[in-house]
Amino acid sequence: MKELLKISKYQLNDVRRSKWIIIYTLFFFAVTYGLINFTKEPSKVLITLLNVILIIIPLVSIIFGTVYLYNNKNNITFLSAQPLKREVLFAGMYIGLVLPLVASFIVGAGLPIIIYIPLFIEYSGILILLLFAGIMLTLIFGCLAFYVSIKNEDKLKGFGLSIFVWLLLSVLYDGLVMFIMYNFSEYPLEETSIALSLLNPIDLARITLILKFDISALMGYTGAVFNNFFGGSWGIYISSVSMLFWIIVPMYFALRNFRKKDF
Amino acid sequence: MNRISAYIVFSFLVTLASSDTVISKSINIGANFEYKEVSTALQIVDRFDTINVHPGKYLLNNFLISKPVVLKGIGKPVFDGSGKNQILLIRSDSVTIEGITFQNAGISFINDNAAVKLDSVKHCKVINNIFKNNFFAVYLAETSNTKISGNTISASSKRETYSGNGIHLWYCKNILIENNSIRGHRDGIYFEFVKESVIKNNISQGNLRYGLHFMFSDKCSYYGNTFKHNGAGVAVMFTNNVQMYNNKFIENWGSASYGILLKEISDSNIRNNLFYKNSSGIYLEGCNRISIFYNDFIENGWAVRLMANSMDNKFERNNFIGNSFDVTTNNIKNYNVFKNNYWAEYKGYDLNRDGFGDIPYRPVKLFSLIVEQNRPSLILMRSLFVELINFAERAFPVFTPETLIDESPIMKKIKHDKASQTAKEFWAFESAQ
Repeated sequence: MKELLKISKYQLNDVRRSKWIIIYTLFFFAVTYGLINFTKEPSKVLITLLNVILIIIPLVSIIFGTVYLYNNKNNITFLSAQPLKREVLFAGMYIGLVLPLVASFIVGAGLPIIIYIPLFIEYSGILILLLFAGIMLTLIFGCLAFYVSIKNEDKLKGFGLSIFVWLLLSVLYDGLVMFIMYNFSEYPLEETSIALSLLNPIDLARITLILKFDISALMGYTGAVFNNFFGGSWGIYISSVSMLFWIIVPMYFALRNFRKKDF
Repeated sequence: MNRISAYIVFSFLVTLASSDTVISKSINIGANFEYKEVSTALQIVDRFDTINVHPGKYLLNNFLISKPVVLKGIGKPVFDGSGKNQILLIRSDSVTIEGITFQNAGISFINDNAAVKLDSVKHCKVINNIFKNNFFAVYLAETSNTKISGNTISASSKRETYSGNGIHLWYCKNILIENNSIRGHRDGIYFEFVKESVIKNNISQGNLRYGLHFMFSDKCSYYGNTFKHNGAGVAVMFTNNVQMYNNKFIENWGSASYGILLKEISDSNIRNNLFYKNSSGIYLEGCNRISIFYNDFIENGWAVRLMANSMDNKFERNNFIGNSFDVTTNNIKNYNVFKNNYWAEYKGYDLNRDGFGDIPYRPVKLFSLIVEQNRPSLILMRSLFVELINFAERAFPVFTPETLIDESPIMKKIKHDKASQTAKEFWAFESAQ
C-alpha cells in the first residue's frame, strides 16, 4: 500500500509538471465558462458540454494514456527491478494517469458551473450524470490506453492503434449501428439497439444523457422503450454494470500482459 | 322625394324597434326574491326581458330556453347539472347568457351533454361565464352570428373518453370566440363544418387532446391565441382559406404532439406566430399554397416537417433558432419555396453586406432525412458519426432534396413587429373578403 501511494504520488507529480494537463484543464474551463457566458441557458450549456465530453474525453484519455506509458518506459523498467509487485506498479501507474485527468476535467468544467451555480440548480441531476459520464469515460479510455501500449512495443503502432480504438468507438461503431437499423428497419429494433448501445461506452453515456434532455419525446415508441429501460432502476443497474465491465475487462487484459511483459 | 319618405319610414321602424327594448323589463330570481326558480321566471317573462339571477345554487336538468331572454347572473350564481344531463338547452334566437357559473353537466357516452347547448339559433351571446367540470362546456350546433366571449372553462378529467370539448361548434357560421380561457377538456376548441368564424385572444392549455381541433371549416381565422401544453397541440384539417395570425404554440411536447398539424389545407396564411418548444412545430401533409411568413420557430424538436405531398408552400422571413432539426422531409423532391429566412445554424458569410448570406443554406440535414424514414435511428443523435455524415452531405448533396434550399438566407435574426404588421394584414384580409 505504501509503495502504491509512493508510486502514485511520484506519477502525479510527473503528470502535474507536464503542460498538457494544464492545457486540458484550461480547455474545459474556457469551453464551459464561455458557453455559460454566451448563452446563459443551462440546458444549452449542458448539451454542448455533453458533445465535448463525448468526443474530447475519450480522445485525450486514450492518447494521453498511451503517450504517458511510453514515456514512463524507463521508469517502469527501473521500478521492475525493485522488490515490488507488478500489480502495485500497474495500479500506481494507472492512478497516476487517471487521477489528474479526472481532476482537471472536474476542476475545468466544474469551476465555472460552481460560479454560476444558481443557473444549474434545477439541472443538478443531469449535471451529476454528466460529470459521472466524464469520469467513467476517462477511466475506461485510460484502461484501453494501458492495454494498447502494454501490448505493443512499437510506439508508432501503439499510438495508431489508440487512435483507431477511439475512432472505432466514437464514429465507426455508430456507423455500424445505423447500417443495422437501416437494413433491418422492417423489424422491431428497440431491444437490439439497447443491446448495441450497451456494448459501447460512448453510446451508453450519450444515450443515457440525451434521454434526460427530453429527446425521447421525438422518438415516439422507441423513445418510450428507451426511457423505460434507462429510466428504470434495472436500466441504471445494467448500464452501470456495463460501464464497470468496460473498465474491468481492458484492465484485466492490460494487467495480464503487464505481469508477463519483459520490459 | 321617394327616398326621403323611405327614410322616414325606416327611422320610424327603428324607433319602434328600440322602444321595444326600452320597455323590456327585468325580473329578479333568487332565494330572497319572489321567484325562486328559473323555470317559473321564464314562464312569466316576455320576449327580450332580462332575468337577473341572484347568488344561489340552481339545479337544472336539460332546461329548455325557447324564447329570447337575457339570463344575467349577479354575483356568480351557480347552475348545477348534478352530473346527470345537460344544463341549458337553447332553442331560441337572441338569447344572452351572462355571468353564471355552470358546473357538473353529466358525462354520457351516448349524448353530447353540454353545460350550454345552442341548437339551430342565431344572434346569441354566451359571455363572462365560468364553466367547471362539465362534459362539454359550450356546444353550438347549426348556429350562426353568435358570440362566445370572456368565459373561463375548466375540467379535470384524466381520460379522453370521459371528457368533452370546451367549446364545440358543428355546422356553424359567423361565430366570434374571444377572450376565453379553456383548460383540461378533451379538445379546447372544436370546429367542424364551420364557416367564416373568428377565434381571437383565447388561451387553450392543458387539454387532453388538441388545444384547437379544426376540420372542414373554410374561411375561418384565428389570431392572438395561445395554445400551450396540450396533449397533441393543434390540428387543422381538410380546410381552405384559414388565416392564422399572431398565435403562440408553446410546449406541446410528446411523441404525437404538434405545434400545428396541417393536413389537406390550402390557400392559407400562417403569419407572425411563435412556435416554442414543441416536439414538431408545423407538420404539413397534403398542404398547398400556404404562406408561412414572419414566424418564430424556437427550440422545437422539428421546426417544420414538410411531407412530400405538399406543394407550392412558401416559407419567408421566419426565424429558425435552436431547433433539433430545422426542416425535414421524406422525399428527395421538393416543390416548396424557402426564401430569406434566418437560420441560426447558417455558417455562411455576407461579403457585400446587404444583409443576405452569399451562399445558400440547406436546412435539411442528411440525418433528419434518415430519422424521418427510420425513427429509431434517432438514438444516434449527437454522435460524432452523425455530425460527419451531415457535414459530408452539406458539402456534396446527394440524398437531400436539391431544391429545398434557401438561396438568400438573412444574416441577422428578424425582428417581427408583431402588433402593427399583423393588425394591418389582418384588416387587409378582412376588407378583401
